[in-house]
Amino acid sequence: MARVAILNYIKRPSPVHELTGTAKLVFFLAWSVASMVTFDTRVLICMLLIGAVIFKISQIKIRDISVVLGLAAVFLLLNNFFIYLFTPEYGVEVYESRNVLFPIVGRYTVTAQQLFYHLNITLKVICVVPIALLFIACTDPSEFASSLARIGVSYRAGYAVSLALRYIPDVQREYRNISQAQQARGIDLSGKDKLFTRLKNSVAILLPLIMSSINRIEVVSNAMELRGFGKEKKRTWYMQRKLQKNDWLAIGFALAVLVIGLGVTFSNGSRYYNPFMEAL
Amino acid sequence: MKKLSVKSVVAIGIGAALFFVLGKVAIPSPVPNTNISLQYAVEAVFATLFGPIAGILIGFIGHTLIDATSYGPWWSWIIASAFVGLVIGLATMKLNVEDGIDSKKLIHFNVAQVIAHVLAWGVVAPVLDILIYAEPIEKLFAQGLMAAVANIITTGVVGTLLLLGYAKTVVKKGSLEKED
Amino acid sequence: MAQPIISFRDYGFQYRAQATPTLHHINLDIYPGEKVLIAGASGSGKSTIGSCINGLIPYAYPGENTGELLVGGKDPKKESIFALSQMVGTVLQDTDGQFIGLTVGEDIAFALENDCVVQDEMKRIVEETAKLVDIDHHLEYAPHELSGGQKQRVSLAGVMVEKVKVLLFDEPLANLDPAAGRAAIELIDEVQERTGAAVIIIEHRLEDVLWRKIDRIVLMEEGRIVADMPTKAFLADTMLLEHGIREPLYLTALRYAGVPITEKLEPQHVDSLQLSEAHKEKVRAWYRDNEDIGEAGAQKRDILSVENLSFGYTPEVQNLKDVSFSIKEGEMVSIVGKNGAGKSTLAKLICGFEKPTAGKICLEGRDLSDDTIKERASRIGYVMQNPNQMISKPLIWDEVEMALLAGDMSAGERKERVEETLKICGLYPFRKWPVSALSFGQKKRVTIAGILVQQPRIIILDEPTAGQDYHHYTEIMEFLKSLNEQGFTIIMITHDMHLMLEYTPRAIVFCEGELLADTTAAHVLNDPDLVRRANLKETSLYTFSMACGIENPQKFTERFIAYEEAHRRKQEG
Repeated sequence: MARVAILNYIKRPSPVHELTGTAKLVFFLAWSVASMVTFDTRVLICMLLIGAVIFKISQIKIRDISVVLGLAAVFLLLNNFFIYLFTPEYGVEVYESRNVLFPIVGRYTVTAQQLFYHLNITLKVICVVPIALLFIACTDPSEFASSLARIGVSYRAGYAVSLALRYIPDVQREYRNISQAQQARGIDLSGKDKLFTRLKNSVAILLPLIMSSINRIEVVSNAMELRGFGKEKKRTWYMQRKLQKNDWLAIGFALAVLVIGLGVTFSNGSRYYNPFMEAL
Repeated sequence: MKKLSVKSVVAIGIGAALFFVLGKVAIPSPVPNTNISLQYAVEAVFATLFGPIAGILIGFIGHTLIDATSYGPWWSWIIASAFVGLVIGLATMKLNVEDGIDSKKLIHFNVAQVIAHVLAWGVVAPVLDILIYAEPIEKLFAQGLMAAVANIITTGVVGTLLLLGYAKTVVKKGSLEKED
Repeated sequence: MAQPIISFRDYGFQYRAQATPTLHHINLDIYPGEKVLIAGASGSGKSTIGSCINGLIPYAYPGENTGELLVGGKDPKKESIFALSQMVGTVLQDTDGQFIGLTVGEDIAFALENDCVVQDEMKRIVEETAKLVDIDHHLEYAPHELSGGQKQRVSLAGVMVEKVKVLLFDEPLANLDPAAGRAAIELIDEVQERTGAAVIIIEHRLEDVLWRKIDRIVLMEEGRIVADMPTKAFLADTMLLEHGIREPLYLTALRYAGVPITEKLEPQHVDSLQLSEAHKEKVRAWYRDNEDIGEAGAQKRDILSVENLSFGYTPEVQNLKDVSFSIKEGEMVSIVGKNGAGKSTLAKLICGFEKPTAGKICLEGRDLSDDTIKERASRIGYVMQNPNQMISKPLIWDEVEMALLAGDMSAGERKERVEETLKICGLYPFRKWPVSALSFGQKKRVTIAGILVQQPRIIILDEPTAGQDYHHYTEIMEFLKSLNEQGFTIIMITHDMHLMLEYTPRAIVFCEGELLADTTAAHVLNDPDLVRRANLKETSLYTFSMACGIENPQKFTERFIAYEEAHRRKQEG
């Protein structure tokens, strides 16, 4: 059987791995919220540096996640490119000043403000990347559902996440098998056919996949019902771990970063840190 | 909120697994660097069959898992994916595809999916992007428009054919006679 | 006598979605500690009885019932499905569907989690129960790291944590290889002895279930109970085949030899048979009389040859190691071996779905390495196990025509080709039907037609009869046989030892990615060493013929099969 690595959980002994799923989930959410709200370069750089330190502690190697990093880089490059393509003067608007560094062609010039804006938007994305990757790479998928339940998500929704993780490899294998069998009947999605033909062809793979998934839903829900899922208002978790001192420290630290970060950001009455205005 | 039935929980789990797997299958489209997103056709079909809450969570969980395994979550688009499931699920609640399907129901489904995609990619995603990432409006709406058009076409063609196929497959035995 | 734990009184049931009742006038008592087999063809209502007992009816499948049903003295309609689940533990046929947790430990704990059992207690119970079914060394394994038999053990442990009074098994043998199936029956027996729970097994593979003692057999047909008696008396009765159930092979052999089957023979197991010297002589006489039955076919030329083929999905694991064999034109061959032995991988390599790491595959002497999937498909067709995984058009005609649309045939040519194919497959009268109106066996034909329309020379089928009762099994296999007689070369991947014996003269045996043997089907099953290494199961004919003093069990098996086929032909013709 083909090996299927879904979420790239990498088991290694490290303090980050030892934290409970709950602590890592809270950490990840706090980090996401902070990075979404703030546009303050100083806060973003601090978060990036902290992320890098934690990454080092986690024993995860860069090469373990090189593919993911590559994807992130491509995504960032494209995003920056499109922003510049559409609005080369956007930084000027945001930072309310204009220092031209050099012109390119037509309306496209390079200004310090535009570059600074690009720096910030890039920082906003990459300061979450190490934490998001660590969350995925260092958390046992078995802990996801119970962690969600502990921060207040209904256990039914939490269990849906667990089921998704459970059945991704099965669905993947089934997709592969069906598409191979259909390729033998001339159905090919990667070929040079017209878009419309390819969409129509995809149905030859998707319809059997969906019908079998609907069948699977029936079997799985019967199996769960027969073993008492949904009986009580709560449920306990075989894989849940008690929160230890380190977990509380991690949660406290993440929340502190969130609060301080937002405090610093809005201390000047705006979410932007504007070096150009101070220079004036 | 009403409790989710066991069947809905499972439909969400398996639906999200499908969303994830299809989202990871790259089918190149004519426009460089954008792929045909078959997962939205499947999300639309599941939202029609299992309702709005299943629709929301399939989009939310599925998209989060895709992002988390590629470049970290881009929340605005994740929420837009969930929104697509919500709107289609709400708009098709009384459609009862299990009882058979006709052109009226298919039009209903398609109107719903067009509205859902236009709102999701034309309004929800760009507005959230402005709030979160303060990206320039021009870029966001161009991007949103492209996504909306691509997803409307995909859902319109693939989703419609899937619903048709589903309805014809689950239909009960009629009084069929052999022909020589 | 003790109170029955399950009691049906003139019970009838009709699903809400169906026009007629599925069960009629069921009267059935099952007592604590009993071991009961419910047998019957597909659609006989045996699974519906199971759903009544575990509460899926009426909770998951609503409908109307008449008469009375008591489970543990209570009416399921007035209980919740949760209350029932603490009394009745169900092991479903689909072990992947029942395996809900991300790891073995979590899955066993699932019911306890729902009961809000505290964690320390939960870990203790899981540990204990896992030991009981011998899976305690795999608690951290994910489902895809386990074999089918292991997954079934997990399912069993998962329902046993509730201290249930009744264990219900829905077709426990359907997804297992022969040796794993035998182990499952042994395990069920052990668990029953240790826990004292009543065991109900729903299965149509009678002989395999009877490997261990069964107290009583209930036979279903068209929603009614047509027999309900102790195993011995049941087997002495002769009506099995009429009800779509295959009787144990050693009993058929006795019948062919003219020995009447009575309770005195102790017919419940091949080892328990009490045969007199006169009986044995009758069997030996039959063996001598059928000496010249069945002859080997003329040697043909090679159509497919596989040379030194190796392959691994990852560099570390070799799924196939240096495999070589060839198939002759017009042959019908079985490929057997335990789950994960490399059988399906081999099929994928032949079809070009995967590329070998070494070696080559030749069709009529031509190397196929550079051919695309589509090019190979016009010579070698591949049929998946489950027809629902292949059918993607609502109408039969469209489904069969699909493969032709990718080529550059004219509409007229296509019509001609589709019609011709439908006629070969006996589907022509149904050509305008929707696929949904067909039975499983007919759907299988449709998928085969969808392959045949490309006019391949070779057809590879993955488990063509998995999960089918004897009637559908025969229907599918006779159809394949007729295709074979029309000149198609047929290769089947199978777990079914009957299929291999009855329909394929030759068998290729795989184990751990290596080709273990390439010989006659009868030889494979009469070689105890081969049987053990490939996770197969010798037939009862082997033991039976030894007991009758026949020195060559392999020849006995061959004659039995040939005689049976002649017998079947005579009945049909």
